[in-house]
Amino acid sequence: MSYTPPLAEQRFVLETIARIDELQALPGFEAATPDLVEAVLTEAGKLAADLFAPLNVVGDKIGSKAVDGVVTTPPGFKEAYNAYAEGGWIGLGAHPEHGGQGLPFVLASAVQEQITSANMAFSLCPMLTLGAIEALQAHASPEQQALYLAPLIEGRWTGTMNLTEPQAGSDVGALRATATPAADGTWRVKGQKIFITWGEHDLTENIVHLVLARTPDAPAGTKGISLFIVPKFLVNADGSLGARNDARVVSTEHKLGIHGSPTCTMAFGDNDDCVGYLVGAENAGMRAMFTMMNHARINVGLEGVAIAERAYQQALTFAGERVQSAKFGGAREPVRIIEHADVRRMLMTVRAFTQAARAIAYLNAAAVDRAHAEADAAKKAEAQGLADLLTPVTKAFSTDIGVEMSSLALQVFGGMGFIEETGAAQHYRDSRIAPIYEGTNGIQALDLVGRKLPMDGGRHWRSLLQRERSFVGGLPKTGELGQMVPYLEDAIEALQTASVWISGNEGDKLADTAAGATPYLRMFGLTIGASLLARQAAEAARRLDVGEGDPAFLKAKIATARFFAEQLLPAAPALLGPITRGADLLYAIPEDALPG
Amino acid sequence: MKILVPVKRVVDANVKVRVKPDQSGVELANVKMSMNPFDEISVEEAVRLKEKGVATEVVVVSVGPAQAQETLRTALAMGADRGILVTTDGPTESLAVAKLLAKIVAEEAPGLVILGKQAIDDDANQTGQMLAALLGWGQGTFASKVEPTADTVSVTREIDGGLETVELKLPAVVTTDLRLNEPRYASLPNIMKAKAKPIANKTPADYGVDVTPRLTTLKVTEPPKRSAGIKVKTVDELIEKLKNSGVIA
Repeated sequence: MSYTPPLAEQRFVLETIARIDELQALPGFEAATPDLVEAVLTEAGKLAADLFAPLNVVGDKIGSKAVDGVVTTPPGFKEAYNAYAEGGWIGLGAHPEHGGQGLPFVLASAVQEQITSANMAFSLCPMLTLGAIEALQAHASPEQQALYLAPLIEGRWTGTMNLTEPQAGSDVGALRATATPAADGTWRVKGQKIFITWGEHDLTENIVHLVLARTPDAPAGTKGISLFIVPKFLVNADGSLGARNDARVVSTEHKLGIHGSPTCTMAFGDNDDCVGYLVGAENAGMRAMFTMMNHARINVGLEGVAIAERAYQQALTFAGERVQSAKFGGAREPVRIIEHADVRRMLMTVRAFTQAARAIAYLNAAAVDRAHAEADAAKKAEAQGLADLLTPVTKAFSTDIGVEMSSLALQVFGGMGFIEETGAAQHYRDSRIAPIYEGTNGIQALDLVGRKLPMDGGRHWRSLLQRERSFVGGLPKTGELGQMVPYLEDAIEALQTASVWISGNEGDKLADTAAGATPYLRMFGLTIGASLLARQAAEAARRLDVGEGDPAFLKAKIATARFFAEQLLPAAPALLGPITRGADLLYAIPEDALPG
Repeated sequence: MKILVPVKRVVDANVKVRVKPDQSGVELANVKMSMNPFDEISVEEAVRLKEKGVATEVVVVSVGPAQAQETLRTALAMGADRGILVTTDGPTESLAVAKLLAKIVAEEAPGLVILGKQAIDDDANQTGQMLAALLGWGQGTFASKVEPTADTVSVTREIDGGLETVELKLPAVVTTDLRLNEPRYASLPNIMKAKAKPIANKTPADYGVDVTPRLTTLKVTEPPKRSAGIKVKTVDELIEKLKNSGVIA
């Protein structure tokens, strides 16, 4: 069950959708030249394929478990982690002043995609560390940054994110963990956190927990939440490790998937001696956590892309080898199943959805880079608006795709897909967490309709739709590209109508907005995904015309975009009804009549 | 001591090689290319010798198309110090490459030249030996262990009967075998640094070497497909079949 990094595809999307050439022209990203991008993807791809992919099954079978407060990771994880950390990969996108390389987030995302395809459970460890680095870079004091950032960026320590408590899941504001001031200016943290990914492990000498807690007299809800650094081992002023902190793993969960990743219940302050350090101001923890979460949501979206890619590769190999039944309407000889129309349909569907979701995610990550690096205030705001708008779509659309496509890829295997040894089942099981964590996909849909569409008076969705509309308007009306045009026009029109309708709901009509949120996000993902694939097809056609690049790859790009537009995109305008029919039918059956 | 490491850009080892329809060679257009795996081992060995303080500088050389610059960058990312690219678009035959390398050796005066024992594209296994002959230097081929001292190098060679250790006077030519070491993964900081390391661009004319091919390729074909085997019921039957097919007497 090998993994081959899709280097040509990743580079093509970086060039045509993320426009990494434009990013490279921005201050701070000068190093991201085409040859460097190529070298980074190639070398990181070797680590993914050679080191992490072979550990995927091992991680699934053995898992990471807590026994008496110690979490042992599956054999090989530590060596692979060390190779990744010592190779300096964790610092790819981090600030240079603390030892990072300062490369674009979108390039870091492409590398993260490779590692996730190879071994999703493992990839969560560096991903959480990146989140901690982001939060500390944005909100920690210079002294805290000096103490914690370099070891995190070097990978000597890892980071975690501690929000969830049993009664505070999607509703973070309901959390009860407390922090009380100590005489020495530090804080004493107390409480239990659950579902803490890589909360305890044996890969590194220290773990930096970022913990949300309430200070005394803090206001209720999200306005009363503060962010604390809680290291597993306290850190002395010279950076050396001191006493063991009162922060311990209680147990690890038994899960459907990602068994290699220890999902921990953490106890902070069982002995009333858990030292924490306040990050930023009191009661400003939610904002700090959002810095971390916005990046994390894009990375989780990429998990959907990554797992679908891996499942596709495996299904494709099987379909090309398995001989079964004669072709419908063909000669009597049994053929390889890849020749059967329905198997082709499945493979094309997985391929097209995966590429559409990748394009959205890379566009999103590149917008984050632009928002960060653009000097011009208007361009910066525009990029930030696009990044904010796309983030819930990247997260929810891509992770839904991850589950659906790993299921479809499993179907290609027939009965063998249901057997664990085949390996297809693991991708399906692993994919299932992504629509849940980091804000469920339902929450993402509400974020899109409730927060992102109305931002700046609806400017950002209007300008995105306008941009795509004029791109489609500029496509030739005939030939392969022209075939896609009517489908794209229909979908963009429907998305426009749906967006206007959703934005127009006020007062008690907001219930209808909430009811339509999920199909609306789906329509958004389908439409923008199709348009981004069409952009790639247009660029592929241009390169073919001038005799640039690999003709087989470019022709496949055009065929994949056409398949998406002509076979999958028609689902988008069909969602206009479900989106705009309101909440009535959702509540038509009284709750007590629902059983039976 | 300076170490010179020649590296070749070849079809990636994981690519399924296809013969061109006109049988003039193998298809190279739009095929993934990488550093010859034996050359990776050479670069690794040179870099390790530098890390041990034995070598002071590692210079990598490639003779090939302009894209061979990527191969040099890979070597620089592994830890080599600078590169020399001798650009030529035609086929690179062993003797022409050996002559170019001999000229470069004359300019650079390395104490050791470490080459892969062969390139996985043409499997010629000649360049190192030809270079040693042109230079009049000692050669230690198929090395699985390389231990330089101040003025000699001890080379353990993988030969048919087992291992043979030879001691060569420096300067010398060493060619590497598979078990010499396991090449490292390039680290991200080193990939970044490699961008800034110098690569000198040269042509065969700069060295006065004529690289016109001396060999003519008549035809390239795929190896014959393996035909299906047969099952035998007894040992006697197996022996009889082997005898009938002339494999045993």
